[in-house]
Amino acid sequence: MGFHQFGQACLELLTLDDLPTLLIPGVNSKKHQMCFDWGPGEMLVCETSFNKKEKSEMVPSCPFIYIIRKDVDVYSQVLRKLFNESHGIFVGLQRIEEELTGKSRKSQLVRVSKNYRSVIRACMEEMHQVAIAAKDPASGRQFSSQVSILSAMELIWNLCEILFIEVAPAGPLLLHLLDWVRLHVCEVDSLSADVLGSENPSKHESFWNLPGNTQTLTELELKWQHWHEECERYLQDCTFASNPHLESLCKIMLGDEAALLEQKELLSNWYHFLVTRLLYSNPTVKPIDLQYYAQSSLDLFLGGESSPEPLDNILMAAFEFDIHQVIKECSIALSNWWFVAHLTDLLDHCKLLQSHNLYFGSNMREFLLLEYASGLFAHPSLWQLGVDYFDYCPELGRVSLELHIERIPLNTEQKALKVLRICEQRQMTEQVRSICKILAMKAVRNNRLGSALSWSIRAKDAAFATLVSDRFLRDYCERGCFSDLDLIDNLGPAMMLSDRLTFLGKYREFHRVYGEKRFADAASLLLSLMTSQIAPRSFWMTLLTDALPLLEQKQVIFSAEQTYELMQCLEDLTSGKPVHGGSDTQQCQDDDIETTKVEMLRLALARNLARAIVREGSLEGS
Amino acid sequence: MFVARSIAADHKDLIHDVSFDFHGRRMATCSSDQSVKVWDKSESGDWHCTASWKTHSGSVWRVTWAHPEFGQVLASCSFDRTAAVWEEIVGESNDKLRGQSHWVKRTTLVDSRTSVTDVKFAPKHMGLMLATCSADGIVRIYEAPDVMNLSQWSLQHEISCKLSCSCISWNPSSSRAHSPMIAVGSDDSSPNAMAKVQIFEYNENTRKYAKAETLMTVTDPVHDIAFAPNLGRSFHILAIATKDVRIFTLKPVRKELTSSGGPTKFELHIVAQFDNHNSQVWRVSWNITGTVLASSGDDGCVRLWKANYMDNWKCTGILKGNGSPVNGSSQQGNSNPSLGSNIPSLQNSLNGSSAGRYFFPPLDSPRAGSRWSSYAQLLPPPPLPPLVEHSCDADTANLQYPHPRRRYLSRPLNPLPENEGV
Repeated sequence: MGFHQFGQACLELLTLDDLPTLLIPGVNSKKHQMCFDWGPGEMLVCETSFNKKEKSEMVPSCPFIYIIRKDVDVYSQVLRKLFNESHGIFVGLQRIEEELTGKSRKSQLVRVSKNYRSVIRACMEEMHQVAIAAKDPASGRQFSSQVSILSAMELIWNLCEILFIEVAPAGPLLLHLLDWVRLHVCEVDSLSADVLGSENPSKHESFWNLPGNTQTLTELELKWQHWHEECERYLQDCTFASNPHLESLCKIMLGDEAALLEQKELLSNWYHFLVTRLLYSNPTVKPIDLQYYAQSSLDLFLGGESSPEPLDNILMAAFEFDIHQVIKECSIALSNWWFVAHLTDLLDHCKLLQSHNLYFGSNMREFLLLEYASGLFAHPSLWQLGVDYFDYCPELGRVSLELHIERIPLNTEQKALKVLRICEQRQMTEQVRSICKILAMKAVRNNRLGSALSWSIRAKDAAFATLVSDRFLRDYCERGCFSDLDLIDNLGPAMMLSDRLTFLGKYREFHRVYGEKRFADAASLLLSLMTSQIAPRSFWMTLLTDALPLLEQKQVIFSAEQTYELMQCLEDLTSGKPVHGGSDTQQCQDDDIETTKVEMLRLALARNLARAIVREGSLEGS
Repeated sequence: MFVARSIAADHKDLIHDVSFDFHGRRMATCSSDQSVKVWDKSESGDWHCTASWKTHSGSVWRVTWAHPEFGQVLASCSFDRTAAVWEEIVGESNDKLRGQSHWVKRTTLVDSRTSVTDVKFAPKHMGLMLATCSADGIVRIYEAPDVMNLSQWSLQHEISCKLSCSCISWNPSSSRAHSPMIAVGSDDSSPNAMAKVQIFEYNENTRKYAKAETLMTVTDPVHDIAFAPNLGRSFHILAIATKDVRIFTLKPVRKELTSSGGPTKFELHIVAQFDNHNSQVWRVSWNITGTVLASSGDDGCVRLWKANYMDNWKCTGILKGNGSPVNGSSQQGNSNPSLGSNIPSLQNSLNGSSAGRYFFPPLDSPRAGSRWSSYAQLLPPPPLPPLVEHSCDADTANLQYPHPRRRYLSRPLNPLPENEGV
């Protein structure tokens, strides 16, 4: 995880003087400008000089084009696991039944929160291993800083879980906070455990045990008060005066701040101090009072030596129960959208967010989820996780998905089918059409007619199906045979997409029927192609030529009536043609061939008509 | 943000425009050296120049890709008063073997009598159309009626803007409620304070473009203009590069309130205005979802602008040259993300100066008996959730995707093939 990403300062009205700045090596911003372009996941940047009126100093100082990526974390091998596994938790959370109320709902949400945290921890540990194994110190440092960030994420999340999701009441609240500190402050060695009883389970567990809630909070407070007074008495009686260590211990047990701060080096940070202090001074602290203790602990601990840092501010905002501030500060401090998007979504499921409506009706949860999902779409395969996040953004999720998914490069058929499936499941008809059209166009350009035809059928693109059918027919006219027979023979209802495609299918059917020697069927099909006007005029001569062998068969195939119709077709075709008087020899030759063809057809038709009349007459007579 | 790669462009003069194709796997560059180059991204993520050819007899200002539904088509415009349409030919020639592709000129659009300053393809739902604008103040709209025959382009409309034109932008909305619309900017710098942005709308009845709006408040030269992707909104968002960056919304006034048949009237609002570039702004462009606007200005920076969920626009990032000379190698995969951010981050606060504020001390200073040594004894994490059911199939193509961090991993740790679990 790097530092701040662009786009993250946008959450609020923060006016930051120091904006995330990417320095581009080799570009001189003092002398030149930059031209750029957005891509789906990347940006192009190149040095240029826009002021065209000034004659350029020719040879540009920087002949480089830079590819800029937004979210470095998306490309991290270890964080990939975080993205993958949290995706499953996210989807599960969206499906938590709304009807669940009260305790069962709360326990479910707490479980979800713990699952998210366990994923962060697993990721953190893996990152730690990677950091240890890193060969050069620079990358080692880089990985270990990522461990730190993951650790901070978990720390914040855990506190939010205690305060906002568990909503632990006075009493159990401190128990949770003790666990929180224990989990995150790694100073669990025996020394500190001895000095700070907070780290010794045997000491407090028996004390804090509330079996079956038989002990009420008041009873507990009474008992504690009693113990506290006893300690105080010992101190006043100077019982431990002979031993400064024991005295200090006693003071600590009374929650004496000065005594605690003397042990500052054992307390790794102010919130460790806070929890320790609460344990000995106010174990039944109410949630509402936390912020006062937190603030004073922070002030006392830092003692004016240093100022609070982003993590301090985030934790403080949590102690103040200012969820909005927590999310805001996290958005600024963390380098990716993963954390804020998932935490905000969870808190929203806890019904904790009042919506901050966008002018087009989206809220903060959706805003953050959209950012996160858009980041995933910059990655060549993580985009598939992004789809589900968009699905759960009711306002702009769908339109964002539409804009993103159509940009997925369709470099393999497999990938194209995957993208199509996603679009089809969501009835994104325009995207389906467009993707199929792109693939159809690509296939045509590569002269893969079968593929082009099936994509245009899937795109339901009649015009393109017509175009591809024409290519098929042209190929047939040139070569005398069809390619992609499987496809054309099995068009089924898809044939109806365009007239030309219908014709292609029917024409191929004619060839099949003819091949099966079902001459009568073939003949009537052929004729119907012309009389029903399905066949384009330009193809009639080919059809009539196809009729020739049928006319020449021994038995009569075309009836007299059919023959008349064929003659009509031939005359329609020839009468419309202007007589060429051109000097073009090629044209003359073509015309000659055409004329010969027409003559042959007329002869064949006349002979067939004669035979048909004789045959039909004799049949009627008999 | 980080520089993922730098590529030696190898143009012999200034590059005026860079352009990604629809999927971001190809790019085109154009230059004062009168040529256009096309670059393709290989499966391994490297960029290779696959074509470079002389396109014009003057500086080439802009190059742009048609939607891939229309094939592999480019348009360019130039100081030589022409715009041209180019198509990639799939051939069985030797070119393919050498990894080169072949582009042929399909048409030259010669109607302009002055430098053609911008060229833009119309949104794909309008068919294969393109608009040009020129210094003579005329926007021309051309159409290729047969998408399989790109040598036939007919001049459909000529719109006179009366001012030297510098830039055009089509409204990308495909909503039936919105007629085709084009915004035109002028960089006329004569002292008269005329409005420099005009918006024209297509009228179905007259089949002509008519002026729908003039942005009276924009009186300084305009260098670029860009409608945002629509996202299903009823209104439009328009960004303008002039002496500052401006963002306008255009809300159509309901038809029944205007005289029927005439062009749509709009309620104009300026929603943002930024002078951070200090002087002229030259380019504005939206990301694909219209959530981030980038602008480039005389300060030599590209600035990124974004609205938060309360419609508050602000700068969210800067791309800036560091002024250092470029070193040799032609293509670098910069796997070490270097972000010059000085934002206080969590990491700073964790690895800050004050001792005892580490979650985990730096690796190079392990101390026995310290917190570090006990790191391994972290309390057991809460139980891992059951393995995530959802798993995406691998894209075989991605197996070789360059991983920014891979360089650091001399051997795979906890081997997680990139296709696993994703």
